[in-house]
Amino acid sequence: MELCPTIKNILLLDSEGKRIAVKYYSDDWPTNAAKEAFEKAVFTKTQKTNARTEAEITMFDNYIVVYKFVQDLHFFVTGGENENEIILATVLQGFFDAVGLLLRGTEDKKEALENLDLILLCLDEIVDGGIILETDANVIAGKVDSHSMDAGAPLSEQTITQALATAREHLTRSLLK
Amino acid sequence: MAQPLVKKDDDRDDEADYSPFLGIEKGAVLQEARVFNDPQLDPRRCSQVITKLLYLLNQGETFTKVEATEVFFAVTKLFQSKDIGLRRMVYVMIKELSPSADEVIIVTSSLMKDMTSKTDMYRANAIRVLCRITDGTLLTQIERYLKQAIVDKNPVVASAALVSGIHLLQTNPEIVKRWSNEVQEAVQSRAALVQFHALALLHQIRQNDRLAVNKLVSSLTKGSVRSPLAQCLLIRYTSQVIRESANNNQAGDRPFYDFLEGCLRHKAEMVIFEAARAITELNGVTSRELTPAITVLQLFLSSSKPVLRFAAVRTLNKVAMTHPVAVTNCNIDMESLISDQNRSIATLAITTLLKTGNESSVDRLMKQITNFMSDIADEFKIVVVEAIRSLCLKFPLKHRSLMNFLSNILREEGGFEYKKAIVDSIVILIRDIPEAKESGLLHLCEFIEDCEFTYLSTQILHFLGIEGPKTSDPSKYIRYIYNRVHLENATVRAGAVSTLAKFGAMVDTLKPRVFVLLRRCLFDNDDEVRDRATLYINTLGGDGAVVETGEDVKEFLFGSLDIPLVNLENSLKNYEPSEESFDINSVPKEVKTQPLAEKKAPGKKPTGLGASPAGPPSTVDAYEKLLSSIPEFANFGKLFKSSAPVELTEAETEYAVNVVKHIFDGHVVFQYNCTNTIPEQLLENVTVIVDASEAEEFAEVASKPLRSLPYDSPGQTFVAFEKPEGVPAVGKFSNMLRFIVKEVDPSTGEAEDDGVEDEYQLEELEVVAADYMLKVGVSNFRNAWETMDADCERVDEYGLGPRESLAEAVNAVINLLGMQPCEGTEVVPNNSRSHTCLLSGVYIGNVKVLVRLQFGLDGPKDVAMKLAVRSEDEAVSDAIHEIVASG
Repeated sequence: MELCPTIKNILLLDSEGKRIAVKYYSDDWPTNAAKEAFEKAVFTKTQKTNARTEAEITMFDNYIVVYKFVQDLHFFVTGGENENEIILATVLQGFFDAVGLLLRGTEDKKEALENLDLILLCLDEIVDGGIILETDANVIAGKVDSHSMDAGAPLSEQTITQALATAREHLTRSLLK
Repeated sequence: MAQPLVKKDDDRDDEADYSPFLGIEKGAVLQEARVFNDPQLDPRRCSQVITKLLYLLNQGETFTKVEATEVFFAVTKLFQSKDIGLRRMVYVMIKELSPSADEVIIVTSSLMKDMTSKTDMYRANAIRVLCRITDGTLLTQIERYLKQAIVDKNPVVASAALVSGIHLLQTNPEIVKRWSNEVQEAVQSRAALVQFHALALLHQIRQNDRLAVNKLVSSLTKGSVRSPLAQCLLIRYTSQVIRESANNNQAGDRPFYDFLEGCLRHKAEMVIFEAARAITELNGVTSRELTPAITVLQLFLSSSKPVLRFAAVRTLNKVAMTHPVAVTNCNIDMESLISDQNRSIATLAITTLLKTGNESSVDRLMKQITNFMSDIADEFKIVVVEAIRSLCLKFPLKHRSLMNFLSNILREEGGFEYKKAIVDSIVILIRDIPEAKESGLLHLCEFIEDCEFTYLSTQILHFLGIEGPKTSDPSKYIRYIYNRVHLENATVRAGAVSTLAKFGAMVDTLKPRVFVLLRRCLFDNDDEVRDRATLYINTLGGDGAVVETGEDVKEFLFGSLDIPLVNLENSLKNYEPSEESFDINSVPKEVKTQPLAEKKAPGKKPTGLGASPAGPPSTVDAYEKLLSSIPEFANFGKLFKSSAPVELTEAETEYAVNVVKHIFDGHVVFQYNCTNTIPEQLLENVTVIVDASEAEEFAEVASKPLRSLPYDSPGQTFVAFEKPEGVPAVGKFSNMLRFIVKEVDPSTGEAEDDGVEDEYQLEELEVVAADYMLKVGVSNFRNAWETMDADCERVDEYGLGPRESLAEAVNAVINLLGMQPCEGTEVVPNNSRSHTCLLSGVYIGNVKVLVRLQFGLDGPKDVAMKLAVRSEDEAVSDAIHEIVASG
């Protein structure tokens, strides 16, 4: 038995099983094709289940997969067959809630893609090379969302520029419609 | 038309397909990456470009070496920016690109600067990045900072250093081991996750030092570990220590059990579960130890969280295999899980119930399962079918309801694998439970009336041909078989014709009617069907009169082909059409590869959903076929028993050899399965020289060398001994592998012409009394016992001396006798002071033997046994006592 709890992969797929962000920590899937095959299998196996209020769990090919869905976002965490299911579920819950916090309540595919940088950072903060780094959603989201400048930068100026840039973007989009 | 009031929703509907990455292209993004080189960096823009690059990589896009290098150099420019968000993206990007050693140097100084920065976020991430991409030489330079970081007061920094340490331990163990003082300090950290990471690293540093691990565990189990994850780790380490110290601690309580039990009251579910699971997996766990763990798992069964229910039912399912009684308390909760939304949980619950169920609950259980079967996937159904099959073998009296269940699900919709599992199960039940034969055969007949799988139809027809004629009323099957000739495709029709012919050959009264049917088949539009019909009409002979069929015709119809099909196929392919007709005698009968003796894969033990006992092995037939194809052994008569392969070499030696003992009435044949594991060698003329000086009653009569044994393709050599007929002679044999070794050129695969004779010592082999006993179960032990003549009963008492446990003593006696335990009596309930075990078997000479063993604990460890034997021959009863007395 693996002595240290190990995460094999974390997946965030959309409602058609397409990748939004995925991260593999194990060599069990050496090629992109193998990864896609695994994602497809996981997705088809779970898509009909209702994993919206509580995290659900399944087992296949000697992997344990815990998963939870919200809107068109499908979250998965995979571990080996001997892994403690509840540890896997804790990681899943941490990821799920952290993404919820980062997307500020509008959890759907569009919002996730628009904030893909945050999601990628979030994955980076949860697990490092298969070892669990952090499972508390507030801590994870806090680490990701520290968009402040470091001490040396002209703080006020930067944030105003940013705010303007965001406003401009939204305006252009609505005008172009 | 009214305008929607909610603007935002409108927005969404129109842009349902909107994605910031729509139409993204690698080339264009790489162009965009030029902004990294701008003298005036726009952090926001740069972040977006990095996100796009990461998106591409995440979607499975790959960068060429040149592209990756270019991106890497451009990204390094971004260290100039002070934007934390951007810096974070840079870190992730560098990790994704995994730069080569000469590239790493470029960022080293920037990362080292970040490592000593005042910003915690920089320190933590720089450590993780640097440790990921660095090699050993650089590590010594940064070692000082890493040691500091481990005891950093910011938990994120400390965790980053510790986790990096865990990774680095794989590549640079000697450096990481120097940090153990700091790591030990970090174990005491107040931050939960730092404690977890520090404990993981400390244990990995010390894992080869058993004493140190022992000390670590005993000190921590006393203290309070704060983090649930660290507590889980500690539980795992503790059970490892318990496992390893099991041999030294014979008496008294299990060390650390109290700690595990205490963890069952932890507030974190993951710890409770980890501890419960650890307890159930303890070696030789007693029911007293098991009870608290089962109790918490039982609570989990009714949790609202599917993950908890799954974890609990999966663990209980495993426990049910070894301690079915301990799990029966949970049966009511399990039964309610049959209707669980999560089908994995439901399936595990059912298979657990099937394992723990007793004879009286079978019917009720089957009713519940019937409702459940219609809405689960085929893969789960197969698991259930297999569980039902083993249940039926366990409770043969229940065959009627179980067989009915199988036939019902056979009629429902399902894929090939599922149907095959059902058919296989029915076939096995027919073979093993004589009372189930007639109803089983009829179920199969009904199934082929409407079967869409040609493979299954032909298999069933073949089986019918063998079993059908032996039943009380063979004629009732004819209709089903002949219907196939009308309604099916050519393959099934041909199979049906063969089956008809078998009925005609075996049942003389049916012959005229079969003849009529076969004649009709002469007008079939398929060649094969017509050919078969013609052939059978001629071989059966007698022009359809009620006459007895000749022995050779029966042999032709029922005898098995004594040539390996692979060899026949090869010979037919090599045959060139010419004047000379194909001679079947020219086909070699040697079996080239030996799939039967394949080493059992050391693979994972079947757990969870995959866990189900395999069906009874049918290897005996294959061995019989193999042996009868060797002319030297052909006159030895009927094979009585073949043992399981016994390894004669250690794992991973040059030549791997195992032996199968074939017992005949007056002979014993050793089949040595040899594998040559050296690619540069070809072995020829391989024999085993057997020294039987310690086996006086045996005399070597024949040996069959193996002509050639190339690399990695197993072959067999045989040695045959004569022994007094019907006598269970025992003895020890020492073995020496002798062969001519030839060098092989690995590049061409050609062997040199000259070889050298060589020998290789193998381990000893024993023929023991159990080799003369066939494991044959009886469905009702008491009935069988009563019907046997009490005059042939022999009773005696034996003291077995001090034993580790009652279960161990029971197993030892079962193995010594080599008999089949009946009615599950081989399982000894925990903590029991006495036990009765029922065994049945067939002794050489076809003598039925029943044994009743009564064990009792006499004093703390001493086991006493009362052995009662009944058999059809009192000499055999005495022989059984002799086995025990001398064992």
